Amino acid sequence: MSGESLRRATATELRAAFQSGAATSRAVTDELFAAIEREDGVLGAWLHLRHEEARAEADRADARYATARAAGPAALNALPPLLGVPVALKDLVNLTGTPTTAGSRILEGYISPYDATIAARLKEAGAVILGKTNMDEFAMGSSTEFSAYKKTVNPWAVDRVPGGSSGGSSAAVAAFHAPLSIGTDTGGSIRQPASLTGIVGMKPTYGRVSRYGIVAFASSLDQVGPFARTAQDAALLLHAIAGADAHDATSSRSPIDAALLNLPSGDAAASAIRGKRFALPKEYFVAGMEAGVERAVRDAVAALEAAGGIVEEVSLPTTEHALATYYIVAPAEASANLARYDGIRYGASKHGGGDLLNGYLETRGRGFGPEVRRRIMLGTYALSAGYYDAYYVKAQKVRTLIARDFDRIWAAGFDAIVAPTSPQVAWKFGAKMSDPVSMYLADACTLPANMAGLPGVSIPCGLSENLPVGLQLIGKPWSEAELLSISAGYEALTATAAWRTVAPHDLTKLGGGAA
Amino acid sequence: MSDLTRAEVERVAALARLGLTSDELGKLQGDLNLILEQWAHLADVDTSSVPPSAQTIVQAMPLRDDTAEPSLPVDDALQNAPARSGDFVRVQAILSEEADG
Repeated sequence: MSGESLRRATATELRAAFQSGAATSRAVTDELFAAIEREDGVLGAWLHLRHEEARAEADRADARYATARAAGPAALNALPPLLGVPVALKDLVNLTGTPTTAGSRILEGYISPYDATIAARLKEAGAVILGKTNMDEFAMGSSTEFSAYKKTVNPWAVDRVPGGSSGGSSAAVAAFHAPLSIGTDTGGSIRQPASLTGIVGMKPTYGRVSRYGIVAFASSLDQVGPFARTAQDAALLLHAIAGADAHDATSSRSPIDAALLNLPSGDAAASAIRGKRFALPKEYFVAGMEAGVERAVRDAVAALEAAGGIVEEVSLPTTEHALATYYIVAPAEASANLARYDGIRYGASKHGGGDLLNGYLETRGRGFGPEVRRRIMLGTYALSAGYYDAYYVKAQKVRTLIARDFDRIWAAGFDAIVAPTSPQVAWKFGAKMSDPVSMYLADACTLPANMAGLPGVSIPCGLSENLPVGLQLIGKPWSEAELLSISAGYEALTATAAWRTVAPHDLTKLGGGAA
Repeated sequence: MSDLTRAEVERVAALARLGLTSDELGKLQGDLNLILEQWAHLADVDTSSVPPSAQTIVQAMPLRDDTAEPSLPVDDALQNAPARSGDFVRVQAILSEEADG
């Protein structure tokens, strides 16, 4: 393997090539850095690159493959699945010795003094960490336009947003700058950008992946998860990062499903759709949904039905309240979490002149961007004396009702909910920047799963106006392997679909140069 | 709920320790009132017999053994401090020398 084929290879293909000796991790890593160098001036996906460290990680992986090849097939198969596979991290994952900005000026200059648990696990698995990717400031946003650092474009249409908040991670995978990346999803920040850039993105069950060392936004909602170009690749990355962690009391002891390492593929995956029961919630086909998106999603549902899946329309009546509930609970938690950015222990600081209070006001007033300020204000208000019961407690009660809605679906015996991920395809830059509520509505179909803690995945299901559309699958708690198996089945069913032959822009031809 | 007044917006900004300009406060007042309008319909949801949920995925959280483990070395913990004095973070005085007590 060489050149373009190395660059476009999936993690699964890379593993096979590393095992056989058909390719080296170093060659892939060099190829990806060369692509980034040529194209990130246009794409804007990356905030920090680890040229030297990544190459050293690749060389170490290649040495382990060479030793194992000499020892025989058993030794090769014993190597961790992600050994030598390049991965990108959203810039809110602490990684020792690298900047971690969370897309905010208030963390400019901060260097992580420790590894997040998922970073330590990726190192342990032998993955090659290429660098850190752009994001909406503190993961607040749906377009990555709220990054304090740079603009990330959608590789399918460079005048359009990549989605957010994990837009750098999704754009990097969609543009073949990395086969895998890490995102976080508090209200849709993995699934929505995956949908808008035509890749696979999964939010696991709350508690499946440790949040230790991840810059916190809303702690009862945040989950870390994978981006990839296939369901199997997403499953490999999830398997590597999932599991109990003594540093995160909310991380689950629920065993990680070994099936993630070897999902069904081809005909076996397609035939596994037969007999599965899918709930189609009518409330997810919201007012304002684009006709082309609805058509692609309904076609995907029809394909599942044609393959023997049983689809029934259901009602999740609290869906209409999820948006307001989310925009009380998430800002409330954010206002508490972001109180730590005070300019005293780390990060940008405006202390020095005047008194201590003035230092706080200046540090925070100048350090946070407009969307983060809005959310801190909303959250502070919702938690303030006199409003706490009317807003925060009320939202926590409605949250109970949202969870009960989903419980009824699982009690009725459904295997998964099928729905659109985003009511629209990628929009043009600036289209929602002047109206916060219109930006919030972009997550209307994803945030109910966060409120209930459920796993969800977005997979490509077609094009509308030549832009990707995502199909969302939501499952019961801890059903990630099931959701990804169904995703693999859908991939097999549509392997020869015409829309799969359409690719993102060749960014090299658009010029650009180094980041 | 009635609209947030300018004074309330200023009070919330002070609680949140956000030092904002007059223009920024004015813009936030408009934005917050727009968003609060969206929240208003929650009042219509009947939650009279519904308990609040802080989390919806309920699981056992066993206690760990009460044993000391290595933690972040002081130098690492202080490497990002804007101002440092020995093993301490240096901050502005919160009391003046003339203050009582």
